Amino acid sequence: MLRFIVRRVLQAIPTLLILSILVFAWLRSLPGGPAAALLGDKATPEKIANLNHVLGLDQSIILQYFKFLGRAVTGDFGNSLVSAQPVMSEIGTFLPATLELGISAMIIAVVLGIPFGYLAARFRGGIPDNVIIVLTLVGVAVPVFFLGYTMQDLLSAPLGLPSQGRQAPGIDATAITNFAILDGIMTSEWDAVWDAIKHLILPAFALATIPLAVITRISRASVLDVLNEDFIRTANSKGLTQPVVRQRHVLRNALLPVVTTIGLQTGALLGGAVLTERVFNFRGLGFLLAEGIEKRDYPRLQALLLFGALVYVVVNMLVDISYGLIDPRVRVR
Amino acid sequence: MQQLRLTRTRRAALIGLAGVLAVSLSACAESKRDDAGGGGSGGTMVFGNTGNPKMFDPVFTDEGETYRITRQMLDTLVQNKPGTADLEPSLATKWEPSNDGKTWTFSLKQGVKFSDGTPFNAEAVCYNFDRWYNMKGAAAQSQMIYYADVFGGFAHNESSALSDPLYKNCEAKDPNTAVLNLNKPKGAFPAAFTLPSLSIQSPTALKQYDADKVSQSGDSFTYSDYAYKHVTGTGPFKFDSWDQGKGEITLVRNDTSTMPAPAKLDKLIFKVIPDENARKQALKAGDIDGYDFPAPADYGLLRKDGDQVLVRPSFNVLYLGINQSGNPKLKDPRVRQALAYGINRQQFVQSKLAEGSEVATEFVPKAISGYTDDVTKYPYDPAKAKDLLKQAGASNLSLKFYYPTEVTRPYMPNPADTFTAISQDLKNIGITIQPVAESWNGGYKDDVQQFGKQDIHLLGWTGDYNDAGNFVGTFFGRQKKEFGFDNPDLFKALGDADASPPGDQHAKAYQEANKQIMDYLPAVPIAYPSPAIVVNEKIKGVVASPLTDERFNNVTTG
Repeated sequence: MLRFIVRRVLQAIPTLLILSILVFAWLRSLPGGPAAALLGDKATPEKIANLNHVLGLDQSIILQYFKFLGRAVTGDFGNSLVSAQPVMSEIGTFLPATLELGISAMIIAVVLGIPFGYLAARFRGGIPDNVIIVLTLVGVAVPVFFLGYTMQDLLSAPLGLPSQGRQAPGIDATAITNFAILDGIMTSEWDAVWDAIKHLILPAFALATIPLAVITRISRASVLDVLNEDFIRTANSKGLTQPVVRQRHVLRNALLPVVTTIGLQTGALLGGAVLTERVFNFRGLGFLLAEGIEKRDYPRLQALLLFGALVYVVVNMLVDISYGLIDPRVRVR
Repeated sequence: MQQLRLTRTRRAALIGLAGVLAVSLSACAESKRDDAGGGGSGGTMVFGNTGNPKMFDPVFTDEGETYRITRQMLDTLVQNKPGTADLEPSLATKWEPSNDGKTWTFSLKQGVKFSDGTPFNAEAVCYNFDRWYNMKGAAAQSQMIYYADVFGGFAHNESSALSDPLYKNCEAKDPNTAVLNLNKPKGAFPAAFTLPSLSIQSPTALKQYDADKVSQSGDSFTYSDYAYKHVTGTGPFKFDSWDQGKGEITLVRNDTSTMPAPAKLDKLIFKVIPDENARKQALKAGDIDGYDFPAPADYGLLRKDGDQVLVRPSFNVLYLGINQSGNPKLKDPRVRQALAYGINRQQFVQSKLAEGSEVATEFVPKAISGYTDDVTKYPYDPAKAKDLLKQAGASNLSLKFYYPTEVTRPYMPNPADTFTAISQDLKNIGITIQPVAESWNGGYKDDVQQFGKQDIHLLGWTGDYNDAGNFVGTFFGRQKKEFGFDNPDLFKALGDADASPPGDQHAKAYQEANKQIMDYLPAVPIAYPSPAIVVNEKIKGVVASPLTDERFNNVTTG
């Protein structure tokens, strides 16, 4: 197991390196640049050119890349041009919000998605199946921001759920880890915990729709596959009770592709978080990314995109490891 | 079966463990809550800021996001009378130019202290002027946009984009008299003394926190601690904290302020909410008490909810740029006139812009000295436009029309709508339009202003201070890629106007220049759009300013 992990970590290095080149080249190939974005209306072309010169953005891209790489290996990703804060500390500040949102969304997606999928498969062709299939189609098709705005307008007021931010203005919660719920538990500020949960509900559901729909569909397909397997027939014919067949034989075998999907969806969550966080003014990494793109904030975008890639790599590694836990047949050597 | 039971036991154990963990965590983490309740009775206002401020030293930025906050804490020598663009005393009770316009004598208000307790006097004023002039380092200078605009350059210019410095020296004649000596007169004064960038800050604090230290490493900047958390001025509020994670900047009342008095509010919080719809939702939910630049389409809805939409008098101009180096036909004045006659500006303003907006007849809004009604006007007349095109042999004119996307500006709430309306009018007089849409930060400004790729384009300007030169001087004072024409007479007229001594003569010089501009028609002024600010029904004492110069010192939360 340890060797497997080490190997995957080593594999990740060239991946990230290639990605860093792509990210770097892509950012700089975008029209416009940070100088024009930073200086706004008042900047003359001369002043923009001057700022570009001061920032070294008029040097060759290759030179710029190696300078960036030289600093990056020491952990220095520079300061955001928008906020003038070190990007690494920005990520530290904003990551807890995204994790809180992302984990909540994934919990919703998994807790609802697997039972829905199972239900649809069991009653294949029946009403539950049809309803679930239509809903998942809608879930995948509706853009997150549209859903977000709709939820704000239609659900926020009737349900008494906040549509903005992470905390109510007057709550005065003590920040320790920046995980609002965890902080509240640690300091026994239970009203702050409840407040943080309320603020999470709408954005988490908005963000969960796509993974929920995907997980439901995959679960359904996977359960259907397994139900047709010989060993299920065998299990049934040897007289095992239905709950045992379901738990031990159907679900466990059907879970494998679902876990892969959960992994992939977790990686893709950062993309959805950009829109969700923006719409709900939920200050996390996606919020940071959106602002960075608007202002062509190279240092911030470089760090965030590489961080996103790193998350993807790690999540995939965890998925591979979890295979072994679910299915001894693919236990890694 | 046994295995299943085991898993269940394990699960229970895990949950138990988590519980123990939480309890032990809570034992080691102390709640830092202040249960004493609010001390003062002036209340708190939370205002939605449209973007993240970079830092709070206004001299290193040209962004409204920073100014909106610093103008609550810092004062300038001269200020705009609330709700107008007229000048009134601030830190200076009187300001007098010499006859040649090269010397400005400021009589200073007495009994003023910075929030760190140090006195405000002529020495402090001169310290600030000297600080700007002597600023070292390309990183610092490259960001002093307004200083460089007004004062040309520095003691040691670190870029060829800068010119000779206007500043000579500053003398503290006595504690209450500061004398500013310039190398040549400048028409922007005294109005430019109102610029937030030229706010007077505490010399002691500036020195203590090394305010001039702006460093650059790789492709980024770092500022001093002063700029992040120690900005110190004389205003009714003072800096308290900046929570990056929450995006909240908190100011508290400056109890020693005599500019003009401590704020009525206890606390003023700026909450950064970049998304326009999110700001609206936050106001609806009561998370914020007001925000800037509501979308014109929302005015009605906001008012229905009881919010106050305060429309600012216009200090902007939206224009249709014409690039004479683009399509050669545009060199013909008749073609440019045809564009002006062909656009139904009245209808555009009424149907697409917010209330308070007006049709533009020149490039200077009405509130500015130097505006004159006595210019050549081009009322909507499509028949005449077609006729002019025919005379110029340009009946089959085809134009590359550049317009920006992904942006709203105070002078252009909806660029795509604006483009559609104007291009429809131009099509109606027989012009073929080739639309080119580019994102604002994605090269639009480069292509239009630096490379001049367009034939015609949309752009505008928000005024910085009450001087016509800030508008027409910026647009047409020299040869520019954006407009692609060379008109030495016009350049000279604008240069002379800028150098003319302040007062009536100055205004007259610009009135003449404005007439000349509207005869030559280097571009078509479209509208003077009015942006707004919105606060909820409880907030009192916000006065909408044409210069977005709203100071919240008199605000109460009713």
